[in-house]
Amino acid sequence: MTLDLPLIWAGLIAVSVLMYVLLDGFDLGVGILFPFARSPAERDAMMNSIAPYWDGNETWLVLGGGGLFAAFPMAYAIVGPALYLPLMLMLLALILRGVAFEFRLHGRKRGKALWTAAFAGGSLTATLAQGLVLGGFIQGITVENGAFAGGPFDWLTPYSLLVAVGLVAGYALLGATWIAWRSEHQLHEDARRWAAIAGLGTAGLLGLVSLFTLIVHPRVAERWGFTGDGFVLSTFLPHLPIPLLGLAGLGVVAWGLWKHSHHAPFLGALLVFLSGYIGLAASFFPNIVPYDVTFRQAANETGALGFMLVGVAILLPVILGYTAWVYWIFRGKVAADAGYH
Amino acid sequence: MIDLDAMVLARLQFAFTIAFHIIFPSFSIGLASLLAVLEGLWLSTRREVFRNLYLFWVKIFALSFGMGVVSGVVMSYQLGTNWSVFAQVSAPVIGPLLAFEVLTAFFLEASFLGIMLFGWKKVGPGLHFTATLLVAIGTLISAFWILSANSWMQFPTGFAILPDGSLIATDWWKVVFNPTFPTRLLHMSMAAFLTTALAVGGASAFVLLRDPEQEESRMALKMAIGMFAIVAPLQLVVGHFSGEEVRQHQPLKLAAIEAYWETKPDQAQSLVGLPDRDAAKTHGEIAIPGIGNLIQGVPKDTVIQGLEDWPREDWPVVGLVYWSFRIMVGLGLAMIGLGIWGVICCLKPASTPNRWFLRAAILMGPMGFVAVIAGWIVAEAGRQPWVITGVLRTRDAVSPVGAGQISASLLGFMIIYAIVFSGGALYILRLMARGPAPHEPSPTSDDRAPGTPMAAASGEPGDAEGSAS
Repeated sequence: MTLDLPLIWAGLIAVSVLMYVLLDGFDLGVGILFPFARSPAERDAMMNSIAPYWDGNETWLVLGGGGLFAAFPMAYAIVGPALYLPLMLMLLALILRGVAFEFRLHGRKRGKALWTAAFAGGSLTATLAQGLVLGGFIQGITVENGAFAGGPFDWLTPYSLLVAVGLVAGYALLGATWIAWRSEHQLHEDARRWAAIAGLGTAGLLGLVSLFTLIVHPRVAERWGFTGDGFVLSTFLPHLPIPLLGLAGLGVVAWGLWKHSHHAPFLGALLVFLSGYIGLAASFFPNIVPYDVTFRQAANETGALGFMLVGVAILLPVILGYTAWVYWIFRGKVAADAGYH
Repeated sequence: MIDLDAMVLARLQFAFTIAFHIIFPSFSIGLASLLAVLEGLWLSTRREVFRNLYLFWVKIFALSFGMGVVSGVVMSYQLGTNWSVFAQVSAPVIGPLLAFEVLTAFFLEASFLGIMLFGWKKVGPGLHFTATLLVAIGTLISAFWILSANSWMQFPTGFAILPDGSLIATDWWKVVFNPTFPTRLLHMSMAAFLTTALAVGGASAFVLLRDPEQEESRMALKMAIGMFAIVAPLQLVVGHFSGEEVRQHQPLKLAAIEAYWETKPDQAQSLVGLPDRDAAKTHGEIAIPGIGNLIQGVPKDTVIQGLEDWPREDWPVVGLVYWSFRIMVGLGLAMIGLGIWGVICCLKPASTPNRWFLRAAILMGPMGFVAVIAGWIVAEAGRQPWVITGVLRTRDAVSPVGAGQISASLLGFMIIYAIVFSGGALYILRLMARGPAPHEPSPTSDDRAPGTPMAAASGEPGDAEGSAS
């Protein structure tokens, strides 16, 4: 039996990007909600709820980037120049909010205020930039002779701005439901309120983005059965579980908030993201750079893919194992006055 | 079409971001190992001094590591944004090495860092020590892969060029363990240990000038002196072997380092001077005739190639490589001197450290960073104009991105890095100036013993020690 290495690697990269979106999604979301905290103590508790994890979460982004370089170098070499400015903006914002975790503890009055602002602003900016990257990606990237051939601002359209705002709402939902799970008393109540607002925003914007994607991008619409001359039910039906999963996720969020469940809203928010992610994958497959480059065209040489797969087969289960263990160690509620160091 | 400006800017951006980045790994690699040693000593001897030192330096480690992480994420994307042609050409060979770096090192460090920083009372002492140890090992694994990839770029082996011009790895062993790699890995790891020892020694000396009896700082200074005394001379030896590799595999780089303009036997050893690439000579040179070959480890009558053997377009910027090398070696010799002085003056248990030695140690505190950056300039600028020696020129490796975008992002990096560096330096120096305390605050409250059911049941990652400084 021969393994379909490019397909396996496309799956692995997709999983690591999904892991990134889910995991860093909630800790970026906590940063987005920072300005709404009632007190410095509340902000401390919010930060403490993610402090032991953020570095591991962000490593999935490095795996996404490094993995794309290693497994699909052509895609990596096209996406980098095509989405140059939003990627750079994301990196700069991630730097500011990343150092804020430590710096905030060491700053005195003005320093602490500065790094609090850097954490909130950096988280928001990084999310917006990721939304612009995503929007620019969905729009499609101009490719000629295997290289990027578009302009520097191709990614900047009303559509990509809508996606960016939608992602902010989505990450805020992940962040709010995470805080609701990991906090108690006043902060828990605040987080439930944030989750309700962000949930409504996410639902509305997700609907809008889906609609505009179908209107603006006929190739995606065709995938979902909306051809120029009508609606093909037999094409749409197999895709139906995807939006249903999203609706179910939103339902779990709403039900969980209603029932005062501590963890259900977060799980619901994860489902919403999962549905959106699978929806995107279904819209693009087998393209890795929409809409001209398939994952097979972009795949690295077979020997390299095979060499890496041996490593991944051993290492990925180990990584998932100790990641889960670290989450387990720091389980439970964070106290509002919990500092660390 | 790609213009020259875009390439110069892309190079400037890469040089700036990587020079900034390398500061932190070179500190964290050594510091993680120091912390593992300190925690091991604390657990085995139960002497408070080791616990206090651990809890003090782990705070500085957290700051430095955080800056290393975020500046490192930039590097993993910059290959695609600024060097997309390089990425596409090199990926079949070094792609797996970088992927393995993420899988074997980054996740390990990032995950167990959480335990290390927030788990002091959350997990048992054995498990906490294991976490520290794994973070330390992770930093070294990371160095392993990145040095392997870089060494391959310096001297590519184990690959073939296919008819369509793309590369293919033919022997992974030769790719990973290419000939220049082992010595370069050793050289860099020891550089990281020395850099950390200098910083720890300098910070301890600063406290001891104020309070000569401060027990933790005296212990840390002794450990640092031990490192200088042993590792600095060894580094000279390893550096020499690394130089031998350069002579064998990258003779052009050697010619630039030593400003050998002519190919001849019995080269002179240039000490100082101003190499002039256009005139192909060194102005105002002070050189010792007759010992150049000896220092290179070859007989006097062996012909050593000079720059004249290569077309001028292949020459690196000779002056930069020549001077960076001299700064690195000069600092290395100063480190050896500091080690000898330290052993003579300050290693005896009862002796109060000599104040002049303390001042010298403070002066040398940041010099490891300078030496590391100088060393990397020798390695990287010495390889130019190639990005993969003999395979891909730097000017052909650049992305199809305009100068405007690169300069905008370069400006962004300069501003953000200036803010981040100032903040990090301020907080690290402030901690160093305070120095370790006899009862260094532990990261969590002391009312629960580590690993007890209470601690495990509690959901708190820490307690009210938030305002350590």
